[in-house]
Amino acid sequence: MKCVIIDDEPLARTIVKEYLQHHSDIEIIAECNDGFEGLKAIQQFQPDLIFLDIQMPKINGFEMLELIETPPQVIFTTAFEEFAIKAFENNAVDYLLKPFSKERFNKALQKVLHQPGETKKTDAILETASYSPQQAARVVVKDGGKIRIIPITQIQYLEAADDYVKIFTADGHFLKKKTMQYFEQTLLQQQFVRIHRSYIINIQLITRMDAYEKDSYLAILSTGQKLPVSKTGYSKLREVLGM
Amino acid sequence: MAKSFLSNKGTPLFFGFWWLLWIFVQWNVLLKFGVTEVQAIVDSYASNILLGASCILIINNMRYYLPKHEKYWYVFAVSFVLSCVWLLVIRTLLWLIFKNDEHYLSVLKNSSTIRFGFAFLMIGCISTISLLWFTQQDQQMGDNQKKEIERLAKEAELYKLRQQLQPHFLFNSLNSISALTGTQPEKARHMIQQLSDFLRGTLRKEDHHWNTLQEELQYLELYLDIEKVRFGHRLQTVIEFDENSLATKLPALLLQPVVENAIKFGLYDTIGEVVISIHAKKIDKFLEISVSNPFDPETAQPLQGTGFGLPSIKRRLFLLFGRNDLLQTKQDNNFFITLIQIPETV
Repeated sequence: MKCVIIDDEPLARTIVKEYLQHHSDIEIIAECNDGFEGLKAIQQFQPDLIFLDIQMPKINGFEMLELIETPPQVIFTTAFEEFAIKAFENNAVDYLLKPFSKERFNKALQKVLHQPGETKKTDAILETASYSPQQAARVVVKDGGKIRIIPITQIQYLEAADDYVKIFTADGHFLKKKTMQYFEQTLLQQQFVRIHRSYIINIQLITRMDAYEKDSYLAILSTGQKLPVSKTGYSKLREVLGM
Repeated sequence: MAKSFLSNKGTPLFFGFWWLLWIFVQWNVLLKFGVTEVQAIVDSYASNILLGASCILIINNMRYYLPKHEKYWYVFAVSFVLSCVWLLVIRTLLWLIFKNDEHYLSVLKNSSTIRFGFAFLMIGCISTISLLWFTQQDQQMGDNQKKEIERLAKEAELYKLRQQLQPHFLFNSLNSISALTGTQPEKARHMIQQLSDFLRGTLRKEDHHWNTLQEELQYLELYLDIEKVRFGHRLQTVIEFDENSLATKLPALLLQPVVENAIKFGLYDTIGEVVISIHAKKIDKFLEISVSNPFDPETAQPLQGTGFGLPSIKRRLFLLFGRNDLLQTKQDNNFFITLIQIPETV
C-alpha cells in the first residue's frame, strides 16, 4: 500500500513516519510541504492513502482535496479546526488530533485497511468544510497545470456548465466541479444573487437592467456583458438591491 | 449607607450655634410681650431644643429612607405632621409648667400660629436639605459603583485579550515535542522548557504589568524559538532595535500577538522562506515598533478579515491608551507591515 504524507511541519511528518515503521505493508512514497506538492505527488504516484494536514500554506487540505478527481483514502491530521471537527463528526473518514498516540494512529490505520468502503465519504466532509470562513472568502481552481486562488470579490459571475460551474473573473474563466446550488448557498447573499437557472452574478457589477421579453430582463454588467434575468431572479435582485 | 451631613466636621457645632441664635431671638421677642425672664428662658429653650430634636429625627429618617416618587410632597407632609406634633407637645409642656399665669397663657395661645409657621419652615428647610443631600450621596454611590463595574469590565477584557493564546500554536508545539521525544529527547526537553517559560508569561495575572522593551524582546525570542522548531526550514527572523529604546516600558504581551499574526500571515500566505522582521526605535515621545511579514497581494485580500488578530490588538491599545490611531498597517511591495506606536508614560 502506497501512502503520501502532506504536512507543512517537518516534525509532524516525522511522527507519522515513526509510527509507520511498524507497518511494513505501508510504503511512504512521498512527503510534501504543502498542498501544491501534495497535489503533484498524488497525480504522479496515485497513492492508496494520504495523511493530510488541514492548515497549510496557500491552500488548505480541504481545498487541495477538492482539486482531485478521485481522491485516495484520507486520514486527516490536525491540531484544531472547529469546522473540520464538525465535518468529521458525521463521517467515517478518520482524523487524528495532534498530538496523537501510537494506539490512536494504529486504530485509524485499521479502519482504513479493513473497512475501506466506509472511509470514502470525503465529499460530505468537503461540503461541510467549505462553510468555514476561510473557504467562504475564496475559491481554489485548477488553471491548466497551475492552481489559482480566486478571492470571491474578484468573481464577476458564474455560469452553469453541465457538471461544472464556469467562474468568470477579469483574467478569464475557470472551471470548478461544483453545482450552482452549492455556490448559491456558500457565496455571500448580499453580494451574489442567482438571477437565472444558469447564472449567479456579483451585484457590484450590475450597471443597468433592461426589460427584455415578457417577464424577463437583461442585466448589463460594467464589463459590457449582458446576462438574462428570470422572473424569480428579478424579484430576488430587487429584494437584495432594496428596489 | 450614606453619610449624614451631621457627621461632617464642624456641622454639629454650627447646628448648635444655629439653635442658640433662635433661642436668643425668641427670648428677646417674648420679653417684648411682657412675660417674665424665667418664662422667656424656659419657653425659648424648650421650644428650640425640641425643634432641634425634631430636625435630627427627620435627618436620620431621611438617611435610611428616601422616597423614590413624590419626593417634595413627602417632605411637605412629613414637615406638616411633625410641626403639628411639635406644637402640641410644646404647648402642653409650657401649659403644664406655667398654668397659673394668665398673661403667659394668653401669649402662648396667641403665638400658636407664628410658632407653627416657624416650626414648619425650619423642619421643611431641614428635610429639603436632607433630601437633596442624601439623593446626591446615593447618586455618587451609584456613580462610583458604575465606575467600578466599568473598571472591572475593562480589566477583564484586557485580560482576555492578553490571554488569546492560539490553540493551534499550543497543540502543534506539543505535537512537535511528541515527535522530538522519539528521535531527539534532549531537544524535546529543551522545547518543553521553552514552552513552559512562554506559557508562564501568558499566565501572569496583574493587569497593569509593564515590561521594558528588552524583557519583551526576550520573551518574543522565546516564542520565535518555539516557532522555529516547528517551521525551522522556512522561518527566519530579524530583530533590530535602537540601544536607547531598550529601557522603554510597554504593556506586557502587547507585541507577541502582533508577531504571531505576522508569522501566521507570512507562513500561510506564501510558500518558501519567510522572513519576519521586527524593528524598534524611539521617536519623540513614542516607542515605535514595526513588524513585517511577506504576503501575496493577490490572494491576501480575503484573509485580512478572517481570524487575523489585528482588531483585538487595536482594541487593547484603545483600552490602554484611549486612542484608536496607535496601530497602522501598510503594504510595501510584497511585505505587510504592522506599525505600533506606544506613548511614553512617566
